[in-house]
Amino acid sequence: MRLYAYLIYFFLYFPIAIIVFFSFNSGKHASDFQGFSLKWYPKLFDNPFLIDAFNTSLMVAFISAILASTFGTMAAIGLNNLKGKLRVFYDSLVYISVMIPGIVIGIATLIALVTLFGFLNPLLASIWPMGLGKAPTLNLGYVSLIGAHTLFTMSLSILIVRSRLNGMDRNLIEASNDLYGTPIKTFLKITLPQLFPAILSAFLLSFTFSFDDFIIAFFVAGSETTLPVYVFSSIRRGVTPEINAIATLILTFTILLLLASHLLMKYKNYNNKGVKK
Amino acid sequence: MLLLPLIVITIFSFGERAPAGGYIPSFTFDQYLNLSARFVAFKNTLTLAPIGTIIALIIGYPLAYYLVFKVADNKKNILLILIIIPFWTSILIRTYAWIFILGSKGIPNLLEYVGIENLRLINTPFAVLVGIVYSYLPLMVLPIYVSLEKLDKRLLEASSDLGASNFKNFINIIIPLSIPGIATGCMLVFILLMGEFLIPAFLGGGKVFFVGNALVDLFLQSRNWPFGSAVACSLVIIMLIIVSIYMKFINSKNNREEVSII
Repeated sequence: MRLYAYLIYFFLYFPIAIIVFFSFNSGKHASDFQGFSLKWYPKLFDNPFLIDAFNTSLMVAFISAILASTFGTMAAIGLNNLKGKLRVFYDSLVYISVMIPGIVIGIATLIALVTLFGFLNPLLASIWPMGLGKAPTLNLGYVSLIGAHTLFTMSLSILIVRSRLNGMDRNLIEASNDLYGTPIKTFLKITLPQLFPAILSAFLLSFTFSFDDFIIAFFVAGSETTLPVYVFSSIRRGVTPEINAIATLILTFTILLLLASHLLMKYKNYNNKGVKK
Repeated sequence: MLLLPLIVITIFSFGERAPAGGYIPSFTFDQYLNLSARFVAFKNTLTLAPIGTIIALIIGYPLAYYLVFKVADNKKNILLILIIIPFWTSILIRTYAWIFILGSKGIPNLLEYVGIENLRLINTPFAVLVGIVYSYLPLMVLPIYVSLEKLDKRLLEASSDLGASNFKNFINIIIPLSIPGIATGCMLVFILLMGEFLIPAFLGGGKVFFVGNALVDLFLQSRNWPFGSAVACSLVIIMLIIVSIYMKFINSKNNREEVSII
């Protein structure tokens, strides 16, 4: 039994280890290990496309994570006050949007946005004042990426914040109300500090998701390239040690983020295991 | 907001294709009648997704069992985190690793030393299955773990006191009580597999492709959006049908309250 478990952990981690190992390969061929070297890492920084893709990913992940955790928190608090059928309806909506395969979300967002732009662009051109030159056209790019990621990670944030909300001590809020705290003051001094670990962890998970997401970005990125899209197209061109080095860096980065968010979730005997799925 | 994209897809799927690859509004079933053109993609998805789910269950269940019943409490958390981490790290990179391992320089190369030559692993259904099981194992283990963890352990003691063997305990108590977890795990894995794109793209090499690959092709390469929407719609419909049949089956067999999906 124990051996079996170890075998599975081996199965889970072996491929990751292989990549890290081969990123230190000094040889040109990805799968012939010829000696230890760090030379692929500095090379990454000379690749302008890669740096560009990294910056895009970082920006998109940061903005969409901020939006998702903010709106997710508001939605979670709002949903918590709902009762009855309406609540069941919204709850199932949240679950459904977490469960729909990313590819369908990607396609759907693509079509929805292109239709919307097709409608808005002529409108924009017609109302654009003459003196200001050419009217701007809306296109797929940063905004659609941020929008799609925010939509998807918001549901995730709702789930995380809500489970913290459920575990919260209601008496404190009532006590604050009894002591003539205004609703805003109660929110700022009681609710928000208690929710903070969950909000931060929602932020980190949303960030990780957005940073790692390939399939949605693949559809809605338009002419922009995010890091996973860049990695995907380079893998399509062939396996190189350079990809291994990028992959190792991404892995390290995401694992650090995950550990941070996990520690936050555990903070103050907060141990709801169900959420992290 | 959340439903809007799905509605748009449905509308598109009844439309016609403009010559330049755009979309002409109309109401026709042409796109649906044309579905057989992508029959292979549906067939592959509908055979490999269930097989992958079942293999993941067979491999994942004992692990969840081990974690709940055989591991000391202080070690449990760390072992769980070790399962969660791969799930949250880039699926792109994890799948890429298998190109490496299954490719001609990987396992086939090692097997040549023992005399098995010209074994081809990558770009086969087998490779796709390995990728599937590898990627979705954590998603299978976690819900089963949660349901086993919640199981009242006094039941096992009572049953043992009454003379039941460990094996009988397992069959009569542990398995029935973990069915919600099994159902959740299978559902999650299966649903995500139906829309899988990366694993067949990397490990199936154009030979073993899923509906997801057909969708990418239709939307991004041949730009036949109405047909692509019809394919996407059919995918969602097939998924819903299978999921509801499965839920009914589980619920009727189990006679319990609704099995929640997450």
